[in-house]
Amino acid sequence: MKYFILKEASRVLFPALLVLSLVVLYRGHNLPGGGFIGGLLAAIAFILVGFGNSMKRAKDLLRLNPVQIMALGLATAVLSAVPGLLFNAPFLTGEWLPGFSLPLLGKVHLGTPLVFDIGVYLVVLGFVLHSTFSLARLADIQMEEEKS
Amino acid sequence: MEGLIAVLVGVLFATGTYCLLRRSIVKLVIGVILISHGANLLVFTSGGLLAGRPALVPSDGTVPPAPFGDPLPQAMVLTAIVIGFGLTAFLLALVTRAYEAVGDDDINAFRNTDT
Amino acid sequence: MNEYSLLLPLLLPLVGAICLLLGHNSLAFQRVGGVACASLTFILSLYLVYVVDQADFVVIQVGAWEAPFGISLVADRFSAVMVAVSSFMGAAVAVYALGEIDDVRLRKFFFPLYLVLIFGVNGAFLTGDLFNLYVWFEVMLIASFVLISMGGGKGELEGGLKYVVLNLLSSIMFLAGAGIIYGQTGTLNMADIARTLSMTPDAGWVTSSSMLLLVSFGLKAGIFPFFFWLPASYHTPPSTVSAIFAGLLTKVGVYALFRAYTLMFVPIFPQVQPLILVLAVLTMVTGVFGAASHFDMRRILSFHIVSQIGYMILGLAFMTPLALAAAIFYLVHHIIVKTNLFLVSGMVVRLKGSCDLAKVGGLLKSAPWLALLFFIPAFSLGGIPPLSGFWAKFAMVKAGLQIESWIAVTAALLVGVLTLFSMTKIWAEAFWKEQPADVDAQPLRNPAGHFAYMVVPVAVLAVSTILIGLFGEPLFSFSERAAAQLLNPQEYISAVLQSQVEVLP
Repeated sequence: MKYFILKEASRVLFPALLVLSLVVLYRGHNLPGGGFIGGLLAAIAFILVGFGNSMKRAKDLLRLNPVQIMALGLATAVLSAVPGLLFNAPFLTGEWLPGFSLPLLGKVHLGTPLVFDIGVYLVVLGFVLHSTFSLARLADIQMEEEKS
Repeated sequence: MEGLIAVLVGVLFATGTYCLLRRSIVKLVIGVILISHGANLLVFTSGGLLAGRPALVPSDGTVPPAPFGDPLPQAMVLTAIVIGFGLTAFLLALVTRAYEAVGDDDINAFRNTDT
Repeated sequence: MNEYSLLLPLLLPLVGAICLLLGHNSLAFQRVGGVACASLTFILSLYLVYVVDQADFVVIQVGAWEAPFGISLVADRFSAVMVAVSSFMGAAVAVYALGEIDDVRLRKFFFPLYLVLIFGVNGAFLTGDLFNLYVWFEVMLIASFVLISMGGGKGELEGGLKYVVLNLLSSIMFLAGAGIIYGQTGTLNMADIARTLSMTPDAGWVTSSSMLLLVSFGLKAGIFPFFFWLPASYHTPPSTVSAIFAGLLTKVGVYALFRAYTLMFVPIFPQVQPLILVLAVLTMVTGVFGAASHFDMRRILSFHIVSQIGYMILGLAFMTPLALAAAIFYLVHHIIVKTNLFLVSGMVVRLKGSCDLAKVGGLLKSAPWLALLFFIPAFSLGGIPPLSGFWAKFAMVKAGLQIESWIAVTAALLVGVLTLFSMTKIWAEAFWKEQPADVDAQPLRNPAGHFAYMVVPVAVLAVSTILIGLFGEPLFSFSERAAAQLLNPQEYISAVLQSQVEVLP
């Protein structure tokens, strides 16, 4: 199932979707968006490459194993709870760095809720891709059975 | 409006139970989905429906302006929907595998482990 | 510093699961990491029991959101002892898993899921928030769903399907009940719900929501008439999985019932009491009769879970200090003994290839030490002195006599005798009689790990049963202190709601 348009489009859309997913992730604290939706968008970018080009290409682009991405995401989410404990506040308390300004982004607030969201982003990305790759492998096995 | 939704919740629970009592395992899944939608709707409307503003605090105040909707049921329902979605996906996969293993979608064929 | 004593037993299984996921390529790492993490959780949970016994309550307002707005984690003596004993089972069964769980299952993330299961169970014991309890239930259920159907065999898929559908229904009812309570009280914090309900005059929705929760928790606990999924599914997965399910999952339902009726629904308890009493008696009786009619070791044991749950619910129905203390003691005893019996059934399967009593025999001659390891928990379950089951049953019966609940006491004694009958049946069939000549009973081919991994945890659990029987006094006085806490919900409420904020309904 190689479609020329899909293949070319995926080449352009892949980086665009990844950037979009990061933007959605960043604005998520106060505006619609967040780790869950960002992770889904990023997963869509990889799935698009998988359909347009090949699942192998998508796996190569991902570099890490989806399960490891899930684990990294969980670890990030747990780590986001630690700064609160260090400042003698209860578990999972949000701690913020002082705000500063950057060109393009405007006023930047960085804090543990964003770290937690990054964790969610990675978990969702890893989970969706793990399911997709497994399903794709099943479909490949079925196709080979039909051929033989 | 609450009355209408209450009736809808009842209909969802009733049809869901009906599907659960059918003999096909696919209808079993449909029944579980319908009932869980009924429960989600029940939670969503339990606090009362209010055509109010979102519960957002303006930048120069400390409380949101008066008629505002309660955000907590929405957060609960969102959590419940996500959990329900995951579990339904798992249930579907399980039903497919069980159907392949048993070779029948009639619930009466699933009595080997019964007592 | 008390905060850490609560957080560590809760978070350690999650951290362990993450580490195991990161290193999922190495099976040796899975084995070592799983056992190490489960054991460490047990040690930390003992520290939690110690801290809670000193301080009465450990409360954390997660994320510094004050109760009742945020989520509170609360440990009182009852939840602390539950965390400790379930982590104990977690550690023992993790060692046992080394002997039974094969590489295929390990590659399918057995140990991460196992740790997530313990994470969910501990979370359910420690949360002070009704909706959060629902989420913990789901964490626990999702892990258990995968564990029960992991093998992909016909029986496992069938049993798994029943287990999954019934537990999903129970979660949905829980959600509906929690939704009604939130709609009427405007709060989800259990302490705050208790406070609000004690001020509301008796209302119909309180009863209806409490019944929804009763059905939901009852389904998970396996009480009459909601128990049928349990004996239909618990005998299908490997013994490691059935043992941890038998030890922990139904007890989470029992814990939730206790929490609901000693904290939230105290005002309407007098109306519900007769119903709970009847359910408890019927649970005991149907469970034990079901067990008497079966001839497969694990099915018999599954039915005995049901009948033993009846004893614990009986303690809730009596609602006297002695009865609650007996129920808590019973929970601890039962978790240890039942897990142990399921583990022994796994050893029988390993030696004989089956645990159907018609096909197995002669174990007393071929494996006398195994006979001893079965004898101790089995007769503890039957209530033979001086094992732990005797004291648990004795205290429960004494509590029943004190409030002159003759029928319940008669049923409890009768069920005790019938339990002994079932255990004697297993003893006579599997251990005493000769191996049936027409059945070719072979040890399992290609066992996953060394047999010693299975013997050690079983022996440790058997020794702890004896120790509780011989030196049970500290545990029983702890149970009495825990029961006193349960009977005085005002302490719990004021411990959680330190800042008395008025909430608009």
